[in-house]
Amino acid sequence: MPAPPPIAVERLVKIYKTVPAVDGISFTLAPGSITALLGGNGAGKTTTIATIMGLVTPTSGRVTVLGAEMPRQRYQVLHRMNFESPYVEVPMRLTVRQNLKIFGELYGVDDLPSRIEQLGRELNLTDLLDRPTGKLSSGQKTRVSLAKALVNNPDVLLLDEPTASLDPDTADWVRGHLERYCRERHATVLLASHNMVEVERLCERVIIMKRGHIEDDDTPAKLLQRYGRSTLEEVFLDVARGNGIESEAAQ
Amino acid sequence: MSAQDVMFSPRRVGAMMLRYWYLLRSSWPRLLDLVYWPTVQMLTWGFLQYYIANNAGFFARAGGTFIGAVLLWDILFRGQLGFSMSFLEEMWSRNLGNLMMSPLRPFEFVVALMVMSVVRLSVGAVPVTFLAIAFFGFNLYALGLALVAFFFNLMLTSWAVGIFVSGLILRNGMGAENFAWSIMFLFMPLTCVYYPVTTLPVWLQPISWALPPTYVFEGMRELLIHKVFRGDLMLDALGLNALFFAAGIIAFLALLRSARRHGSLMQSGE
Repeated sequence: MPAPPPIAVERLVKIYKTVPAVDGISFTLAPGSITALLGGNGAGKTTTIATIMGLVTPTSGRVTVLGAEMPRQRYQVLHRMNFESPYVEVPMRLTVRQNLKIFGELYGVDDLPSRIEQLGRELNLTDLLDRPTGKLSSGQKTRVSLAKALVNNPDVLLLDEPTASLDPDTADWVRGHLERYCRERHATVLLASHNMVEVERLCERVIIMKRGHIEDDDTPAKLLQRYGRSTLEEVFLDVARGNGIESEAAQ
Repeated sequence: MSAQDVMFSPRRVGAMMLRYWYLLRSSWPRLLDLVYWPTVQMLTWGFLQYYIANNAGFFARAGGTFIGAVLLWDILFRGQLGFSMSFLEEMWSRNLGNLMMSPLRPFEFVVALMVMSVVRLSVGAVPVTFLAIAFFGFNLYALGLALVAFFFNLMLTSWAVGIFVSGLILRNGMGAENFAWSIMFLFMPLTCVYYPVTTLPVWLQPISWALPPTYVFEGMRELLIHKVFRGDLMLDALGLNALFFAAGIIAFLALLRSARRHGSLMQSGE
């Protein structure tokens, strides 16, 4: 029997009161792939990611992660997932080491002291491990959040703006680290980002959402070709402003 | 079945307790706050009792009922507040999403909050009980096994209310935060902390008897005034507490499900 896909979304609908945030989207991610979920504000990205994480119950449709239906069977797979999002923070009064210890314990990580030291080395946090998280710069805090997201060596990683507030050099270094992590662990990543350079570098597939629907879904190269553009940013703007391939054809 | 499939994990409960312990010890204002108000309460009511005892025959016989009531009320109030404060720390630090996305089960979270409410209460209330001995010669520990029964019943009520309030905050965000501070004061007049149930209007007395702490405060007065431990009152309180606790858990789980439907877990603000 083949292994279930890391993430499968089937006809997902989420309606808040009367407002549809996500309106019948479907996609499946391949193991070991890095996929970008793009879209303007209110496109439905956050609701989609929250549903995959089990934080939101779908109005209809089905979401499975590693074969477990979310949120009903979430405890079968939560220890194999993790996430980073600007909507949540790592507690500020605790030191970096204390935070990683607590999250490591919650995720049942074996040999936690070694894992924390390893994350410290890999994410350049060794000198910061015993400092309160709240005293760090925003770039350092982002690295701590990433360390928390990687503490359990997740097979499925959900990232929302992972390099926001990082300087270009550190952001590039973090992207390199994520690339290496996914290659070595064969981990599947779903990434929401407004940084198109990041998406072009990291992602082999791009799903573009608009008003709760999937507007387009393809590799970066094919999207560029289809829209006749040289950057994903231009493609994104075309979709956001309704200058899609249909309107180009009409012109 | 792997270790990850185990329904209840002491390791995860321990992790949450460690989180609150780190937080508590990192902040002296938090520690001071635990002791400050119980001390002020005990001193105020203790001096009042001292004054009345020297001016009225009945109160002279009712040695320690006010101080005893203050200390037991504080177990009830601080128990609930200790539970709710640990929960609110997660909202204030925007950490709830991290926890809800982790393998931590709701029941493990609740158990960690319950244990921490006892820890917080101990840090705050134990020094105050010694102050009561030093200032007024009132030794709460002289109540012996009765104190254990009082304490256990009051903590059960405080946890039931704390669990319900946490569910309200989960569902409604920080707009419901005030309930954490104020809900227990609804119990104060009805549970007859400082006076017998017979003081209440007749129509209000059944409502009072429907609340578990009423039995504890009545039991305390029986013990201090008539030197009789009423085990029947404690058993009645225990039965009611079982109902309150079950209702609190059911309400919490229902509010958590509602929060998932409404997307409230992603927003821990107003």
